[in-house]
Amino acid sequence: METLAGKLEKGYIWLSVIVLVAFIAAITYSSVVLAIVVPGNDGQIVPKPGETLFAAVTRTKPFDQPGVRQTGPGTYDVVILGQAWMFNPGAIELPVGAEVTFLGTSIDIDHGLYIPGTTVNIMLLPGQIAKQKYRFTRPGEYRMICHEYCGMLHHQMTGTLTVK
Amino acid sequence: MPTAEARVTIVENPSGYTLPESHRRYLLWGILFGFAALAVGVFQGFVQGLNYGGINIFSNLPGMRTYYQGLTLHAVLNVFVFPFALSNGWLALAVARSLGRNLNGFLLALSFWLLIGGSVLGGYAILAGKASVLYTFYPPLRAEWTFYAGAVLLVLSTWTTSAAQILALSAWKKEHRGERVPLLAFVSIATYVMWDIASMGVAIEVLGLLLPWSLNLLPGSDPLLSRALFWFTGHQIVYFWLLPLYVSWYTMIPRQVGGKLFSDTLARIAFVMFIVLMPVGFHHQYVDPGVNGYFKWSAGILTFAIFFPSLLTAFSVMYALEIGGRARGGKGILGWFWRIPWRDPSVSAQVLAMITFLPGGITGLMNASVDMNRLVHNTTFIPGHFHMTVGSAVALSYFGLAYWLIPYLTGRELWGKKLAVWQSWIYFVGVLVFARGEISGGLLGMPRRTAISMINYAPLPGWKLAGALTAIGGSMMFLAAILFFVILAMTLWTGRKTRPVVDLPFTSTVQGAAVSGNQLILDKISYWVFLSLALVALVYGPFLLTHFPPTLSAPPFMGY
Repeated sequence: METLAGKLEKGYIWLSVIVLVAFIAAITYSSVVLAIVVPGNDGQIVPKPGETLFAAVTRTKPFDQPGVRQTGPGTYDVVILGQAWMFNPGAIELPVGAEVTFLGTSIDIDHGLYIPGTTVNIMLLPGQIAKQKYRFTRPGEYRMICHEYCGMLHHQMTGTLTVK
Repeated sequence: MPTAEARVTIVENPSGYTLPESHRRYLLWGILFGFAALAVGVFQGFVQGLNYGGINIFSNLPGMRTYYQGLTLHAVLNVFVFPFALSNGWLALAVARSLGRNLNGFLLALSFWLLIGGSVLGGYAILAGKASVLYTFYPPLRAEWTFYAGAVLLVLSTWTTSAAQILALSAWKKEHRGERVPLLAFVSIATYVMWDIASMGVAIEVLGLLLPWSLNLLPGSDPLLSRALFWFTGHQIVYFWLLPLYVSWYTMIPRQVGGKLFSDTLARIAFVMFIVLMPVGFHHQYVDPGVNGYFKWSAGILTFAIFFPSLLTAFSVMYALEIGGRARGGKGILGWFWRIPWRDPSVSAQVLAMITFLPGGITGLMNASVDMNRLVHNTTFIPGHFHMTVGSAVALSYFGLAYWLIPYLTGRELWGKKLAVWQSWIYFVGVLVFARGEISGGLLGMPRRTAISMINYAPLPGWKLAGALTAIGGSMMFLAAILFFVILAMTLWTGRKTRPVVDLPFTSTVQGAAVSGNQLILDKISYWVFLSLALVALVYGPFLLTHFPPTLSAPPFMGY
């Protein structure tokens, strides 16, 4: 004979399963339908024998020329390098409505690129190419922050991104 | 026929137990060493909390060169040394008591000395300023070899305790063929078996890559592979912090509140799931480049799955509290809650810790959601989250556990029982205020692991309030921790000698373990280990295969 507690236990277990499945469904929806994506496998820069990582990164396109590049009407590539303890470039300007693809990597250690108020949040790892899209619809001055610990002056590794 | 009777107790012999002196000494000193490490760690935490409020005192601490040196010390002591020391002591005791059998004395001693040795080596490296690499020690940041060697010894210390437990279990099984493993021993051993598998990632990382690299035996490091290996361990370690307290919540708290654990089976299922659902670490790398969506998705789904045993725990523990509260005269839907023995500091600390674990767990689910993660990754939202889990569900529960465990191990009465109740409440309020600060700061863009009081740009809107709350909450947590250490010290030195405390406050169950049928498979830990490894191969196998041999192209960096 099943007790009340036993029934409650069963009901609770099913409720837990349903809640968790619903959460997974919501995330799947955001990914598939809303097309929210995070960086994936976008390539790695591997030094040739005898070459330093720094040399390999700085000779590899597009990281040989960090900065903003227009790729079409309203679309831009922002090529950015992390290094102790600055972003290269440290100041970026973009027009309102710019559809931006960030392409980033690091020449020395793990860094991060995080722009509060946006969903630009990527890790810049030595030799790994990170890619993230974002559309800037609001004008203003945004702050680029390194949010991965990178040594003594990590807290001063910052930059600006101006949208006007 | 003894095997045909349902085992109604969660220990082999409920009538009594004497802890041998050889065990008592190592368990007590190991636990006290863990609390001493915590004392240093929480002082650093206090200093870091003030940093968020814009107050910089870390620059003035003798021997501390940077904020990050203190942060490394804070994390290594509070999440490696402290929980390892406490779980080694507590779950060795739990297994010895539950099986009614001594553990291997040599292994217990070895485990203790490995812990001391690892702490000394690692502590030296950090204090000398040669290892300000934080507790994640991502290469190419390179620490001195002593730091990595210290980490190896700390992990070995836990493996040694695990070996002692497993030896005792196999000896017990030989004498009790066909019997169910007593619940208390089962959940304690399952905790360590889970960790044995989980710690393989960091073991491979440190022994195969970082330690030889720090001795200049390897040309460079592979940053991405190291991160993946670290987080294989780095997520599961949170369960190694937590499960020893789940053991307390499942098997001790029900009795302490005058209730009973409802279901033996449900408790075993929860712990088995922690063993099986192993490979979830990739959700710490959602925004890492070079990690394919397959890994991120499988880790994401498994992370939600591994939330399930915590939901089971919520049911079991709350039901036990309800049985206790109603037995003590509580009525109505929630009336029982006020009737549990709140004046018992061991109960108040652990129940308050459970309450903070609710927002702690929910914020964890947010972190594990790919889309949400882009907002909160590496912001102070994350420390806001985990101070409600490891910083409270674990730390505050260990305070509560100590309120009966230290008297049990020393034969001295707890000093300052009322003060101890206050202690738990101050910590509880403190951690919630702290987390409110960190979480709001994170949502407003405040990065974690950053000397906020020294930034060279104007704080963003809202950071000041968030930082002030963090500093206030952190100070309250620190005050409460000081009270705990005062209570602990006074108990050790002036606590009234009583007759040795008779026994552990272990619970009985409403529905005991079934003696036959398909539930017997739950006790076959080796099956679950096999399943766990199969899942690991499915999720991590492709990643490791494509990253072998490692690209050792990143030169060391020591600018800290």
